[in-house]
Amino acid sequence: MLEGNDGNSPGAPPATSRDVSLSSPDRRSFLGVLLAVGTASVAALLSVPLFRFVLHPLLRSTTPLSWAEVGSVDELAAAASPIKKLITVEQRDGWRKIVSEKAVYVIKQANGQLTVLSSICPHLGCSAAWHSENNEFLCPCHGGRFGADGKLLGGPPPRGMDRLETKVEDGTLKVHYQYFRQLVPDKEVIA
Amino acid sequence: MDEPQSTSRKQQGGTFAPSQRGRFFHWLDLRTGVDSLLHAALDEPIPGGASLAYVFGSGLLFLFVSQIITGVFLALYYIPSADHAHTTIAYITKEVTAGSFIRSIHAYGSSAIVIVLLLHITQTFLFGSYKGKRELLWFAGCVLFALMLGMSFTGYLLPWDQKAFFATTVGTNILSEIPWVGNALKSLLRGGTEMGTLTLSRFFVLHVFMIPAFIFAGVAAHVYLFRKAGAAGPIQGNAATLKQSTEPFYPRQVLFDIVFALLIICGLGLLAHFSPMELGPKANPADTQYVPRPEWYYIPVFQWLKYWEGALAIVGILVIPGFVALLFVALPFLDRRPERRPWKRPAAVTIYAIIFIGLGVLGGLSHRNDLRDPAVASQLAKQHEDVVSFMKAPFEPELAGSSLAAANVALANPLAAKGKDIFEQQGCNACHGDGGVGTAAAPKLIGVGAKYDGAKLEALLKQPNSKMTAGGMPATTDLKDEDMKALVAYVQSLK
Repeated sequence: MLEGNDGNSPGAPPATSRDVSLSSPDRRSFLGVLLAVGTASVAALLSVPLFRFVLHPLLRSTTPLSWAEVGSVDELAAAASPIKKLITVEQRDGWRKIVSEKAVYVIKQANGQLTVLSSICPHLGCSAAWHSENNEFLCPCHGGRFGADGKLLGGPPPRGMDRLETKVEDGTLKVHYQYFRQLVPDKEVIA
Repeated sequence: MDEPQSTSRKQQGGTFAPSQRGRFFHWLDLRTGVDSLLHAALDEPIPGGASLAYVFGSGLLFLFVSQIITGVFLALYYIPSADHAHTTIAYITKEVTAGSFIRSIHAYGSSAIVIVLLLHITQTFLFGSYKGKRELLWFAGCVLFALMLGMSFTGYLLPWDQKAFFATTVGTNILSEIPWVGNALKSLLRGGTEMGTLTLSRFFVLHVFMIPAFIFAGVAAHVYLFRKAGAAGPIQGNAATLKQSTEPFYPRQVLFDIVFALLIICGLGLLAHFSPMELGPKANPADTQYVPRPEWYYIPVFQWLKYWEGALAIVGILVIPGFVALLFVALPFLDRRPERRPWKRPAAVTIYAIIFIGLGVLGGLSHRNDLRDPAVASQLAKQHEDVVSFMKAPFEPELAGSSLAAANVALANPLAAKGKDIFEQQGCNACHGDGGVGTAAAPKLIGVGAKYDGAKLEALLKQPNSKMTAGGMPATTDLKDEDMKALVAYVQSLK
């Protein structure tokens, strides 16, 4: 036994004495089970907010899909050739936000509909740029070539330029900026 | 209590043996010694029987465990830096699911510890439970008391809001009153002469690593010494009756302790839910108007310090509190009579009462002073309004550093602004990142302008050196001269 007796607590005997009813094995073990179950349930209840706290990033999307403004539809529709636009993309990363500018190209399809292309080359991720003198997109890194509609014309890229999801709100063209896997023949979202 | 019966768990174990559960327990016991551990933990004899008066010690242990759990969880989101601390606490408070609740349990928990600690000390004092070979037990308790005050002092700064910053500025300034070494101590604690991000790091390390380690050791020593000395039991009663009414720790005292712990956590939970801990605006060291007030349990000391000025300050700040602390620690040595009944110890009880009533009066005076001084009262009211409006505002995420570099490029220099377009057209940003922040593919360009002048940059762009070429940097040959100038101007502008 750890505990000893001292001169000032004259009552403490070396042996324990206890209530008979509580010391009977059945009563004692029943009480023990009751206590164990009771405390375990309270502990489980208390751990609910802790679990929710930990799971917060999983239960709530920390990088919500944000629509970035590209420009007014009327203005963009007036252009004959692809127009480069810098869009501001805001990403949430926990308690911080990352604001970055991304270059996109707005092109007009044959039916007059506006399409937005990511300027990132699907080959190795350089930025393809519009060269009006050749009437094509050129990637400065490895010479990938794309037509005015973004289709692959030549060079190492495995597919054409990637189209981004768009919508029009109050006459403003908005785009959902995404990254796509490089070096694969089919467009595949990575972030 | 009926007739006392002496049984040990060993004997009980015997009666269980035939059952399945008993066999498993026996198997486990042979390997772990769990039976004797349980016996040591649960069958500790309490002279005079279980009592509600004895719940405070285990209540403190419960609160300490609660602080550890909530503290560890808070650390999932907290960053101890002057730049991010406030944002992360605001994030916890305003955004994270159950964040405000857990932070409140932790913050109010420190107040609860102070209250239960004072009850524990008062019970020990009134029952004279420090007597009879319990000097070291009492001393370990005093050390734990000091460590706990250290925990609340260091924890107070961590949110890095206005009240945290200014209360800690004042709190650490007190150290400089200590003769000779005061200023050195203050600088050591602050990590510099002024409050700053290093102060926060130090307080964080003290709060999260160092003091808790000492508390673990202190609790172990305190509990060991307590078990060694044995429970002191009631303040009076003859040996025979006490012996007869002695009962083991389990089950009744365990039940009392659990009920007390439940009361504590329910109280904290209700408080955290209905009156969550507030967070004020971020610390602004340039604010000269701010009237700092410490946490409520430090208010009496704060008021006390007001009365000591100039040459006398050392008496009020160091000599008198030091004397009281010494008196407190030395209590079991000073009061050596075996008498435990408080009414037979008038001197000790009177001094104890004077100190506590004095602290209460000081607290009341501080409150009254604040109400009576219109300037202070209006400033405090304004500060409170600031807190309320900050709490109402939605969470504002912090702009990441890499964003700032990109945003900086709303350039004043039109040449550099043009250069930025070329930077992107040429696809430089694909590898060097937007705003030249760098990526895995290529180094950052921020600051490169300090390393090379314009001519050298142009030369490197036209003909990269071998290291650059090896890294995949292509030569820039198709740019018009003016475009090259613009690109160089842009790269130079990246700071």
